[in-house]
Amino acid sequence: MHARPSAVCFFALAALAPVGAQADLSLSGFLQQNSAFNTVAANPDGRRYKWLEERAQLKLDATGGAWRLLAKGDLAYDHLGRKDQSELREGYVDYTAGNWDLRAGRQVITWGLGDLVFVNDVFPKDHEALFAGRPLEYLKRGVDAVKLGAYPEFASFELVVAPNFRESRIPDARRFWLYDPMPTVTNRETIKPGQGDVGLRAYRGIAGYDAALYLYSGFQRTPSMRPDNMTAPTRISFFYPKLSVYGASLSGRAGEGVLSLEAAYYDSRQDRSGSDFTVPNSQTRLLVGYQIQPAEDLSLGVQYYAEYMHDYSAYRAALPAGFPVEKRLSHTITLRATQLIKHQTLRLSLYASYNASNGDHFVNPELRYSFTDRVWGAVGANFFGGKPWGQFGQLSRDDNIYLQLRYEI
Amino acid sequence: MKRWWMWIVAGLVPLHALALTGEEVMKKSQAAFLYPGKDFKARVVMKLINKDGQERVRELTMLRKNAGEPGGDQKYFMYFFQPADVKDMTFMIHKYPARDDDRWLFIPAINMVKRIAAQDKRSSFVGSDFTYEDVSGRDIEDDKHVIEREEKVGNRDCYVVKSTPKGTDADFGYKMTWVDKANFLPLKEEQYDKRGNRYKLFTADEVADIKGFPTVIKRTMRNLQTGHRTEVAYTKTDYDLGIEDSLFSERFLRQPPRKWVD
Repeated sequence: MHARPSAVCFFALAALAPVGAQADLSLSGFLQQNSAFNTVAANPDGRRYKWLEERAQLKLDATGGAWRLLAKGDLAYDHLGRKDQSELREGYVDYTAGNWDLRAGRQVITWGLGDLVFVNDVFPKDHEALFAGRPLEYLKRGVDAVKLGAYPEFASFELVVAPNFRESRIPDARRFWLYDPMPTVTNRETIKPGQGDVGLRAYRGIAGYDAALYLYSGFQRTPSMRPDNMTAPTRISFFYPKLSVYGASLSGRAGEGVLSLEAAYYDSRQDRSGSDFTVPNSQTRLLVGYQIQPAEDLSLGVQYYAEYMHDYSAYRAALPAGFPVEKRLSHTITLRATQLIKHQTLRLSLYASYNASNGDHFVNPELRYSFTDRVWGAVGANFFGGKPWGQFGQLSRDDNIYLQLRYEI
Repeated sequence: MKRWWMWIVAGLVPLHALALTGEEVMKKSQAAFLYPGKDFKARVVMKLINKDGQERVRELTMLRKNAGEPGGDQKYFMYFFQPADVKDMTFMIHKYPARDDDRWLFIPAINMVKRIAAQDKRSSFVGSDFTYEDVSGRDIEDDKHVIEREEKVGNRDCYVVKSTPKGTDADFGYKMTWVDKANFLPLKEEQYDKRGNRYKLFTADEVADIKGFPTVIKRTMRNLQTGHRTEVAYTKTDYDLGIEDSLFSERFLRQPPRKWVD
């Protein structure tokens, strides 16, 4: 097992931690087993497991005066041959002053209101983790950034500056059946942006509602592919197109439940005319969500999500023959139901997403039980379907049943 | 010297006319139980115990701040220590007497603050036998309150108040509360279902004086139908600490200040 240098540093640091004398210090962590078994077909690499690993996490949390240090590191052993699963999940220092604060280091940042639908959450995710039945916290990847919070009377502000770009993790083509328009071209390279990104969120309460504005300047987190030649391609480059996002959100009580509204304009700076089919078109994204609690320990959430392409005719004109055509407007409905039973130790949940424009769908039922206050387990499934090139449709052979078992230390 | 006649008049007024009504008793009880001090802090340990004696522990720091007089708006802030899978989770309630609460939950695993629906005040608080209403109070105006009798609980003289919901939406038939005549704390409460069967029993097991406020520091809620019970102990209880209004905000939900959550 080859641990990354950052993980090694972390565990060395954790071992030395008691030296930090006056600080209020806590150590915690967990041991975890996580596996996911294919139910339809083997992986492209022939394996029957989507995921099979043991993992240990150690978390160090130290506070002294206005300072806080948090480090969360994972050591993992993957049975399917990956050597790089150990990582520093989060590691940052906080400084808190009266009406401002600072967080520097690797940190998870989540913006916006969506439930597995991302409008203003421009920070890196791990899509593979979601599709392979890993626990929810692995859906997000940390960013190496400085976050400055400012809290004057009239509003709160959060400025995030990341010197280096960090991409989202997409499913691995050896484990997932992914749509590939040029499967014969095996000479492939990935080019990451040489610079970082910056985001600003401003928020405050307005008449009982939580209102926020979001600005982001950076790159798409998932790569676009560009062949060197359209007629006789020999090499494909994956790259992260320039992107700015301008968005807003509002949430609050409406009737018996909570209403969430979110919108954003995705300014595709790499191709403002929309004539480069390899770069996503500029978009408007809209989300309307409503959550109610119709009975004790039962909650229901429904979301409507739309994506609208702004330069559709340019996109259509530039799209080469044989490539799948996306619709100008795409509508998605999602539903989540969660029922807690046995004094909230047993949780049944169901998440379903259906795209009415192309039939793409994803269903995730899960049962989670806390055997004791320290041991919990979950069993669930991921079912995908739709057109062979759709976000979920391409994964239709990747249906899996997963197990998570965790012992909290 | 010439006021001697007033004493005679006072002596002629029947005693019960000076006595409190059921509603007044419950208002005083609410003030003593849920509103003492300008603000309040306690480390709360809840033991959820099933009929076979198996235990689960929920541990949190609870902070409360009143906006004004007893019966008015309140803000609650909770930070969870246990169980391990919810450690560092925080929860905030803005409570308004005449309408539904606003609630926010911070989920540390994905670093997200989420507003949550809260129309069901009768749901269980963190899986315990206490409902949200048991923890932060039920609107006095929702029920009709009548003093049924006076009775001792242990050696304490109590009013016994019967509270019957005015609407039909409540999930219980009525409840009986034994309110201490001296300090107005509820020492015992029985909840009856709509068929008149007693199904929940609250007892105040230990009362301590903290900064001059009599405080229930140990309490139990029993579900008589399932045999499940929840025992709650308050430690590090304190009042009038000068908790700032700014604590009850998204900023501190995400980064709860150590000085308040220890």
